Amino acid sequence: MLLDVSLDFRPGEVHALMGENGAGKSTLMKLLAGLYRPDGGEIQWRGQSVQFANPHDALAQGIAMVHQELMPIPDLTVAENLMLGMEPANALGWVDHAELHRQATTWLRQLGTDLETSRPMRTLSVAQMQVVEIAKALARQADVILMDEPTAALSDHEVSALFKAIATLRQRGVTVVYTTHKMDEVFRLADRISVLRDGHLVATKAAGEFTPASLITQMVGRELAQVFPPVTTTPGKVILTVTQLTREPAYRDISFTLRRGEVLGLAGLMGAGRTEVVSAIYGLQPADSGAICLQGKPLALTSPADGLTAGIGMLTEDRKGSGIIPAMSVQHNLTLAALRHYCRGAVVDASAEKAVTRQAAADFAIKSSGPAQAIQQLSGGNQQKVLLARALLAAPEVLILDEPTRGIDIGAKAEIYALIGRLSAQGTAVLLVSSELPEILALTHRILVLRQGELSAELNPRQTNQEEILRHAMPR
Amino acid sequence: MIHFPAFDRNLRHRFGIVVVLAVIAALLALTTDSFATAANLTNVARQVSINGILAVGVTFVLLTGGVDLSLGSVVALSGVVCALFAHPGEYSLLVPMSMGLLTGALCGLLNGVLVTRGGIAPFIVTLGMMTVARGLALILSGGKPVANMMPALTDLAGDLGPLPIPVLCFATVALLSGIFLGRFRLGRHLYAVGGNEQAARAAGVSVTRVKLLAYGTCGLLTGLAGVVLAARITTGQPNAGQAYELDAIAAVVIGGTSLSGGVGSVIGTILGVLLIGIINNGLDLQGVSSYYQAVIKGVIIVGAVWLDRRQSRS
Repeated sequence: MLLDVSLDFRPGEVHALMGENGAGKSTLMKLLAGLYRPDGGEIQWRGQSVQFANPHDALAQGIAMVHQELMPIPDLTVAENLMLGMEPANALGWVDHAELHRQATTWLRQLGTDLETSRPMRTLSVAQMQVVEIAKALARQADVILMDEPTAALSDHEVSALFKAIATLRQRGVTVVYTTHKMDEVFRLADRISVLRDGHLVATKAAGEFTPASLITQMVGRELAQVFPPVTTTPGKVILTVTQLTREPAYRDISFTLRRGEVLGLAGLMGAGRTEVVSAIYGLQPADSGAICLQGKPLALTSPADGLTAGIGMLTEDRKGSGIIPAMSVQHNLTLAALRHYCRGAVVDASAEKAVTRQAAADFAIKSSGPAQAIQQLSGGNQQKVLLARALLAAPEVLILDEPTRGIDIGAKAEIYALIGRLSAQGTAVLLVSSELPEILALTHRILVLRQGELSAELNPRQTNQEEILRHAMPR
Repeated sequence: MIHFPAFDRNLRHRFGIVVVLAVIAALLALTTDSFATAANLTNVARQVSINGILAVGVTFVLLTGGVDLSLGSVVALSGVVCALFAHPGEYSLLVPMSMGLLTGALCGLLNGVLVTRGGIAPFIVTLGMMTVARGLALILSGGKPVANMMPALTDLAGDLGPLPIPVLCFATVALLSGIFLGRFRLGRHLYAVGGNEQAARAAGVSVTRVKLLAYGTCGLLTGLAGVVLAARITTGQPNAGQAYELDAIAAVVIGGTSLSGGVGSVIGTILGVLLIGIINNGLDLQGVSSYYQAVIKGVIIVGAVWLDRRQSRS
């Protein structure tokens, strides 16, 4: 997975590891954090050759990892989570709570946050939990903090808060090693960038020596002349009408139309109600009031089964939570939503199912060891392609894509962008929710902006920019 | 010959249990004269059939990530209801049989409704059903065994040709359930719900319907086990079936079904049932006292699962 990589990290630098999924970034991080052991080569730490038996070993030496999936204990407080395993206690094990909170507060202050230490962890946003995780690493005297895609699940202003914390770490001489799929972030944050491709180190240079284009070229090993295909289609007749859709407190009075072959972008900050609105149109979280009409016919959507029957498909935002069935095979995951098309009566037609899986694997360039492989063993990008194929097997007339490119590599992103273009050309109406503004700007015919549950603007992507979208998205 | 790819694959996955089963059987065949005889093996099959029917039923529930603790009590209740309708000369054979099955199915469906519509944890719902069904069995029978059953019904514990009817019941139930779970759309949905309920719902699966099906099927098969047991002991015993759920759940788990749902198979359950049955039989043949039997059985069950999980991880 990782071959002959030699690399150095310096005190007080933010070092970004870039590469496609499967390039070896996570493997490298896990080697450094003591989760994996190298087959060959060595790790030198402060000039000494070291071997980490396990993550505790690495942590004892001062190397901590903040995982992509956070692992807080939801019902303990911020302070209890932060000080877990190092609570100030007397000889009997009696915990001094005042001291616990005082110490926790001190660590959080150092990251420039005044988070209340008595709050239960479950009431925190993802970004706040991340800050607690970082403070936890600091409290354990970490000199190197490894962060695997810390911003994958964050909205733009949460990202700013995290970046402030990272800037503080840098000032304190802590080394931050960081992976991300977001191009703009790397250039805002990193001092140096190392690019990995197929397990090899391709380049390590100061961030200023890269341009976005040269970075992408290094990552994918070829020129991606056009990551975003140009929008060439013209929308047809109105197919979906949404009128005064309301579900308090998430959103209210949402009205819009969607045309055949149109790609409609839904922009907004996290918590603005985008996912909730599109979930109502699929039947996942029915609205309290308002109307949804497909081709003039009002729909009564109480479950996703209703949405599917009506001809609406959806790729959900939370791939792990409401997307994949982890232990199931690629084939069974793929056909789940459209299984009735691959049945004779109530019995699954195994050969038809296998045939469509082979076809989908080819059409969507799904990399797996075969249709029987458990989907949890695939990379994020390949899982996403399986889920996209699942939604499309039901041949929906309206397709909802909620953050379709979150946490997947640039190659897979480009494939999904191209697919959106093809769907639009075939007349499928696409409702695209994305936090990546360049994506929304480049792919859509029209953009709706949600602010705190209300529609705040309708914009033409050819005549607007990220700043204008953000201005309409920011809470007043 | 029908080909079952899922069957072969599951058998391969359960290789650890197959080995344990083979080793124990070989040991018994070598150390006793009576184990490897047709009469004894038929006897083993007869003895495991009730636990087998229950285990196949509870496989459905465990696959959805639920649990059913009411099996033993519902066995008793179904047996009592069956016996109450089984006095000679009152009804035809079909009536007591259907009443027993119906009782089990209703208990199972009620469990399912409380779990899905009521949103109560399966552990609690079925714990409640466990005491309610036991109480009802005692009330309906007046606390005494319901005797005087028609011969046509007690004959159900006998043989059909060379094979005991309870064994045929178990085999039929296992075959049909295996085909259902492996080949039918609803069977697939059961695995999906157990594997990730949110994702299954988002893919258009009716989670409620699937869970009702699982608890209902489990109840129906529990009713069948109740009827078979009543036929065998020729009475409706309100105190029958104590702790039957534990042997059934143990068999399913030994067979590789995950307690958190989504993973498992009927073939695995059959292997688990056979393992428990052979342990019981072997300890009897060796003349081990029942106090020691309990200890040894527990150790072998946990050991077998430990071996299996270790082997399937590597």
